[in-house]
Amino acid sequence: MRMLEGQGVTKYFGGLAAVSNVDFHIDQGEIAGLIGPNGAGKTTLFNLISGAFPISSGEIRFKGQKLNNLKPHQICKMGVSRTFQETKVFANMAVIQNVLVGAFFGTPTSVSGAEAAREASQVLEFVGLSAMSAVPVKDLTLVNQKRVEVARALATKPELLLLDELMAGLNSTEVSEAMELVNKIRDSGITIFMVEHVMKAIMGICERIMVFHHGEKIAEGTCNEISCNKTVIDIYLGEETNAGS
Amino acid sequence: MDITGFISKHRKLLLAGFLVLILIAIATLPLYGRTYDVRLMISILAYVAMAISWAMFSGVTGYMSLAPAAFLGVGIYAVALLQRELPFPVIIVIGGLMAFGLAILVGLVTLRLKGIYFAIFTFGLVVLMARVIEYLEAMLFNLHSRHILSVGTANSLYMMLGLAVVTVLSVYFIKRSRYGLALLSIGGNEEAAAHMGVNTTRVKVLLFAVSAIFMGAAGAIMAPTLIYINPGNAFGLVYSFMPILMAVFGGMGQLYGPVIGAVAFGYIEEWLRKELGGSFMLAFGIILILVIVFLPNGIVGLVPMVRSKLGWVIQKLRKGGQAEQHANA
Repeated sequence: MRMLEGQGVTKYFGGLAAVSNVDFHIDQGEIAGLIGPNGAGKTTLFNLISGAFPISSGEIRFKGQKLNNLKPHQICKMGVSRTFQETKVFANMAVIQNVLVGAFFGTPTSVSGAEAAREASQVLEFVGLSAMSAVPVKDLTLVNQKRVEVARALATKPELLLLDELMAGLNSTEVSEAMELVNKIRDSGITIFMVEHVMKAIMGICERIMVFHHGEKIAEGTCNEISCNKTVIDIYLGEETNAGS
Repeated sequence: MDITGFISKHRKLLLAGFLVLILIAIATLPLYGRTYDVRLMISILAYVAMAISWAMFSGVTGYMSLAPAAFLGVGIYAVALLQRELPFPVIIVIGGLMAFGLAILVGLVTLRLKGIYFAIFTFGLVVLMARVIEYLEAMLFNLHSRHILSVGTANSLYMMLGLAVVTVLSVYFIKRSRYGLALLSIGGNEEAAAHMGVNTTRVKVLLFAVSAIFMGAAGAIMAPTLIYINPGNAFGLVYSFMPILMAVFGGMGQLYGPVIGAVAFGYIEEWLRKELGGSFMLAFGIILILVIVFLPNGIVGLVPMVRSKLGWVIQKLRKGGQAEQHANA
């Protein structure tokens, strides 16, 4: 079943097309990846899906419902949640409070204080931050701040989770842990769409990959298809990169 | 008798008792104080209500509102227009609701402005309101100023005390509610808050307007103590800056910060005015700068500083107490 579907999605910033006439879809239950050089329009596409910017033309549908012109908070309540490329945590608030914001406001139906608190502590347990529940987020390391963002997004009970460069800036142990976490999230029934530059991660967990360049989708396929694709190698991967290396 | 142990055991009870004593002392002030003291107390209590309601919204979200004088003035003019028609408590409510309505309008127009632009617009609102009322008064009633009937200084004090208590309690419960959490998240990162499902526009406009209720009500209660009002003194810009200075002075991290700031600020202001006359603002400015430079978290920021410096003394006392207990056993 197609969970998210975009047709002719286009976004102009002034005269520049950041995303240009892109058709894409995400199937329920998959982990889909989006790669491409810097400035290719990956984060812009995420911003269009989550409602941060209005779309210039085309349309995006989530479970058949049109997302155009909806505000971020409405899209979040429909079941699409996200993290940010540069972490946007609530720095002065405790870890648990960050997560509570999602649990209180982002869920499709309104929840009581007790339910929100229970949900928040469950999610913290899930991402492995229970011990730091009371710590202000600004005192955490980058990897843990990213976990807070994931926990906050999960607390909104999403059906689709957009992860924008979750692995950027992490060391290789942390990347492995993050990959494990992403798999765990998918196994809990949440569909994942991720932008990533860390090839090891994207080749390791994505079932399908889309490649962007200059705002256009230039390729799409399984990991093997993408890593052998001549255009993708020329533009992005480079000669020496192969799947799994 | 282990006194520190007793204090830490019954902390909440002692605090509540202390607050009740203060309330009683203020409420009985007309019996033993001079009229001058009562008037000073009225303005300090007005400052408390304004500083804490300002800090509730602007201190948390970072949207620096310079509109308090506009809301206060609306409350004052509500009294001027309705005093001869309606009972006074009703006018207080109307003053609060009119400020609420004005804040909703202003909020819908301006709360999408960020940073300094919001401050400039709200500053302009105060000037605009003063000019509009001046014009309307001249055109419709051919008036420059209005006389407001006294309701008795003691009554003004009781009402202002009531308002200050209601404001502190309301802000306390709002801060603990989900709206308090939403405001905090907006202050933390507005874009992220919106993406986590917070309807940021609604939360901002609503809470901005709620904070205006207390300012409008404060204006209504304050009005009779002013005796003569005109758009110039009712919408005095000083009423916009005072709550901000007091909140900064006291510290905004804690609920009681703006309260302490308002009390200290109100008292110091009056004392300097008496001692130095016209040049009191100079001394006042210097004090404020010293506070901002050396106590970035306000007066409240002194507490953890002092506590860490005195920590060893307290620990010694506690150990002494325990040793005594052991000796007795």
